[in-house]
Amino acid sequence: MNPTDWLQLAAFLAALIVLTPPLGAFMARVLQGERTFLHPVLAPLERLTYRLIGIDPTREMTWVGYTAALLTFNLLGFGVLLAILLAQGALPLNPQGLPGLKLPLAFNTAVSFMTNTNWQAYSGEAALSYFSQTIGLNFQNFVSAATGLAALVAVIRGFTRRSTATLGNFWADLVRSTLYILLPLSLVLALVLVSQGVVQNFSGYVTAKTLEGAEQVLPQGPAASQIAIKQLGTNGGGFFGVNSAHPFENPTPLSNFLQLLAILLIPAALTATFGVMVGDRRQGWVLFAAMLTLLLAGFGASWWAEAQTNPLTQLAANMEGKEQRFGVMNSVLWSTATTAASNGSVNAMHDSLSPLAGGVALFNMMLGEIIFGGVGCGLYGMLMYVLLTVFIAGLMVGRTPEYLGKKIEAREMRLAILVLLVPSALTLLGAAAACLTPTALASLANNGPHGFSEILYAFASAANNNGSAFAGLTVDTPFYNYALGVAMFLGRFVCLIPVLTIAGSVAAKKTAPFSAGTFPTTGAIFVALLLGVILVVGALTHLPALALGPIAEHLLMLQGRSF
Amino acid sequence: MTSTFDRKLLLTALRDAFRKFDPREQIKNPVMLVVFVGSLWATGELVRDFSPFNLQIVVWLWFTVLFANFAEAIAEGRGKAQAESLRQTRTHTSARRLDSGQESTVNATELRRGDLVVCAAGDIIPADGDVVEGVATVDESAITGESAPVIRESGGDHCAVTGGTRVLSDRIVIQITAEPGGGFIDRMIAMVEGAKRQRTPNEIALGILLVAITALFILVVATLPAFTRYSETAAGQPAGTVNLSAPVLVSLLVCLIPTTIGALLSAIGISGIDRMIRRNVIATSGRAVEAAGDIDVLLLDKTGTITLGNRMATAFIPAPGCETRDVAEAAQLASLADETPEGRSVVVLAKETFGLRARDLAPAEATFIPFTAQTRVSGIDLHGPKPRRIRKGAAEAIRQLVLADGGHFPEPMKSAVENIAKGGGTPLVVAENDRVLGVIELKDIVKGGIKERFAQLRQMGIRTVMITGDNPMTAAAIAAEAGVDDFMAEATPEQKLARIREEQAAGHLVAMTGDGTNDAPALAQADVGVAMNTGTQAAREAGNMVDLDSNPTKLIEVVEIGKQLLMTRGALTTFSIANDVAKYFAILPALFAALYATDATANGPLAQFNLMGLHSPQSAILSAVIFNALIIIVLIPLALRGVSYRAVGAVQVLTRNALIYGLGGVIAPFLGIKLVDFILVALHLV
Repeated sequence: MNPTDWLQLAAFLAALIVLTPPLGAFMARVLQGERTFLHPVLAPLERLTYRLIGIDPTREMTWVGYTAALLTFNLLGFGVLLAILLAQGALPLNPQGLPGLKLPLAFNTAVSFMTNTNWQAYSGEAALSYFSQTIGLNFQNFVSAATGLAALVAVIRGFTRRSTATLGNFWADLVRSTLYILLPLSLVLALVLVSQGVVQNFSGYVTAKTLEGAEQVLPQGPAASQIAIKQLGTNGGGFFGVNSAHPFENPTPLSNFLQLLAILLIPAALTATFGVMVGDRRQGWVLFAAMLTLLLAGFGASWWAEAQTNPLTQLAANMEGKEQRFGVMNSVLWSTATTAASNGSVNAMHDSLSPLAGGVALFNMMLGEIIFGGVGCGLYGMLMYVLLTVFIAGLMVGRTPEYLGKKIEAREMRLAILVLLVPSALTLLGAAAACLTPTALASLANNGPHGFSEILYAFASAANNNGSAFAGLTVDTPFYNYALGVAMFLGRFVCLIPVLTIAGSVAAKKTAPFSAGTFPTTGAIFVALLLGVILVVGALTHLPALALGPIAEHLLMLQGRSF
Repeated sequence: MTSTFDRKLLLTALRDAFRKFDPREQIKNPVMLVVFVGSLWATGELVRDFSPFNLQIVVWLWFTVLFANFAEAIAEGRGKAQAESLRQTRTHTSARRLDSGQESTVNATELRRGDLVVCAAGDIIPADGDVVEGVATVDESAITGESAPVIRESGGDHCAVTGGTRVLSDRIVIQITAEPGGGFIDRMIAMVEGAKRQRTPNEIALGILLVAITALFILVVATLPAFTRYSETAAGQPAGTVNLSAPVLVSLLVCLIPTTIGALLSAIGISGIDRMIRRNVIATSGRAVEAAGDIDVLLLDKTGTITLGNRMATAFIPAPGCETRDVAEAAQLASLADETPEGRSVVVLAKETFGLRARDLAPAEATFIPFTAQTRVSGIDLHGPKPRRIRKGAAEAIRQLVLADGGHFPEPMKSAVENIAKGGGTPLVVAENDRVLGVIELKDIVKGGIKERFAQLRQMGIRTVMITGDNPMTAAAIAAEAGVDDFMAEATPEQKLARIREEQAAGHLVAMTGDGTNDAPALAQADVGVAMNTGTQAAREAGNMVDLDSNPTKLIEVVEIGKQLLMTRGALTTFSIANDVAKYFAILPALFAALYATDATANGPLAQFNLMGLHSPQSAILSAVIFNALIIIVLIPLALRGVSYRAVGAVQVLTRNALIYGLGGVIAPFLGIKLVDFILVALHLV
């Protein structure tokens, strides 16, 4: 914890806070179909896209139509990606002549990228051709994030519109999100990353001789273009196997700073977009404040845990699994941010984090990826917690609970609870299944409570669409490929569909005007209540499992015991 | 709270609580059903593997179910007692039905809507209906508890009669308006008994939340054995190091699922309706009680709610050259025959200020001139040696009269009239022959304390709108004096209805009171429509509440009861969930105490989380279960009474309740469980 660390932390937080309002306002304009400074350049492209796919962007859709379009688009994308991965051996841009993937891995990977999870049971440079990476995966990197944005904007419209059946047009929201938000930001970030030394080419791998005289294969490829969107779109799927710990993927402190910022940039700014669109910026700042509090609490705990002397090694700074060029602070800030934001990229090996820092990463995901969370889905996930908070606390002021003037009734409650429940259920059931399956236990590299953490982490990561790996677990097996694939699929869509149903439900309602008797959803009290509900629900659900994993490991480490 | 818990009621409730062990009853409450099934499972295990510890666990699990049954039974019991007394009034009566002019005696249950029946003095009215002929005094104490008889007459707003009430004098013909079993008293009995009690929308939503939380904890507990098995293997310890027997697992589950609110939820709902009934308001559904809490616009009739009855004479203002006493004397004479409340108030004021007594005048001495729409004045012609023609009426009408007789309307009188009108009063000018004597000021008397009441409502976020037939100037003055937020002057029933629709379209929830038939559409349109019991049948049918005391001010109390109902639910839900934190700290360290221990006697690392310093793993689990069961009993009075309510803004209410039930809910069980543990150890039960 030296001054440089504090300075970098301050710079990171300042950048995040300063960029949130302008980017948020810009995204609100885009998502509401208003003109922006990019329109002179991109509007023709937007119109062309509509003409090519043959849709009328002004045609309003009901929640059913919106959901159907979203599902159709995603399932089609899944099919195409699956086909590419299976057939990559016969496809172009494959200088290394890599063969097609086996079905379980192809299934797992296709689900993973469609659901914005980017769980990787493969190592990019060893398994995937440039075609699979740039055309297959990278397309999904953009559209899975855009899908999240589209779903979010539909939810916001649900809350702002009154007594209507429609939520907007999915195709228009998808195209605008991609064209005006994700593409320009990615382009800028990719160019800066290239300037820092991130590779961007279609060459074959280079063989070099090291100083010691050994031979080393240096992988190449169109990395920068993919890394930019993987960070910005909370995808997280690295071009190379070790993700942003790889020197070609994340070479310098500056590239690290920008990639770190890119993880949280859009999810954070979306809180401001929300504030603008609902017509009360404080509503957005309240959510931002709650998210930032959770992020900083998690980071603080992780950083503290990493700085403690490990009785087993007698080392004060835990550098195992970390890159020298980033150090402890940047590594745990990343591990906190990437698990908070459903990104899942890593710049240090989470398996080697101290037990509590690993536990924080795990807990971040278990909360449902709502600490900024994924692009779009983080905020709508947070809104489900808001509905829960408003419901419980709102009753305490003696009125039928309402949020933004919409009454929260049985239907909304049922759906919101489902969204909060499903990922937790998938995590617990998946981990329990693995604990009872000998072949699944055979994948473990570690014993003791750490092994349990590895299993728990894998399912928490998949069910909450994070995609980061604790590693230490051999996951390219049929059990994990299918089990985690199903968890990712259900974790995404069993949440997305109820969320859109809620949007349709509240859009049809009248909007009650604000009065002194209304439960206030701005202000410190609300932030405190929201945090209370998130922590209590999250902790009560996962405390037993966490006690058997990271907490037990931490206590055993203090006793000097290892397994 | 002697009335809440009298001995008989408690015994009946206890008996009913045992009766509710019937699975058909249990299935109605999913949270408690889980406890019920879990208790059954644990009992089965007890038979297989008996130990004093398991026995105590099982006994307390069953107590948990019993306490929940008891909470519901006691809430229902209070309603049943009331229903019983209502039922006694509904003796089987016969009716004299009119069939084309012929009377025939039939059983009251044979009456159908539209039938005509005759009731004379001493008869019990056989069913709800409207008087279509005659006038009678009726004893309605059976439903209102009010012993003074009321007048019921055909036509107008006092034509409705209720089955079960008794005609005291005269003879009336009643047209039946209710089918058998659908009458007012029947509905009242059904309501208070909770027989037809349907769960309200908010109760359903909360129920879903509770079921979801329960499902989540079932998952947590169900996956625990798999996680534990892994951990035991990883620790190199034998299976069974962690005691996951059925009684222990069920204990953990029962402590985590929201049993507190689950057990008290229906009691809270029933007691909300009960509180309404205690204030003599009958809600036709629990839904209406709940909606009352959401009301943010109150439409209040000026007369009777904001002001005391009618306008009263408050001052006599003499014209130049006249004495006040002369004005009073003339005004009194002109009002002697005026039976309207205003007219009587003039006589009263004259007596109070100048000791002028009302005189009886023989027809030979005087002729009374009644008010007509054409002349718009009333008064008296005194015969005798010096004939006097005294008139009182609106300024304009008197002016024309005086001018026509060659007199003049003095300037100071004009300004006096204007001043009174501006101040919200009504000026009545008194003239004798061609001379204007002065002005009577009639004023609405705003009820004491009503302004403060409205200020409270404003803090609660409720807007008050005064409805009046007065002209806008008068209305504005009274509105300002009473402190309402808005007013509707010269309001017609149609405008009232339109106003309600307008408010609702803007997202407001509207409550109003009404009694006349022309109020019925508005009562039906309002989210909460409180009909006065003295009102017409149509009004009582249209509203979703009936106020037996016919006191329009009670609307405010109705709103408060609705809010209190929702607050009680929210508070106990918060408390119930917050309790789980402490229960985890009791049970988890107890469960995992031996895990990863280095030898069989030592504690493992997770035992450190025994923050409360509970005596042993067994005492910890037992204490949590006992606390969980007892807290239900402890909170029954709160559930029945409702959380304390003050008319303050949402932020204050929230802060207060969040602290008491949220933070308190976290802290209380730490103390409670420790206390139970202490007692268990002291009694050598573990």
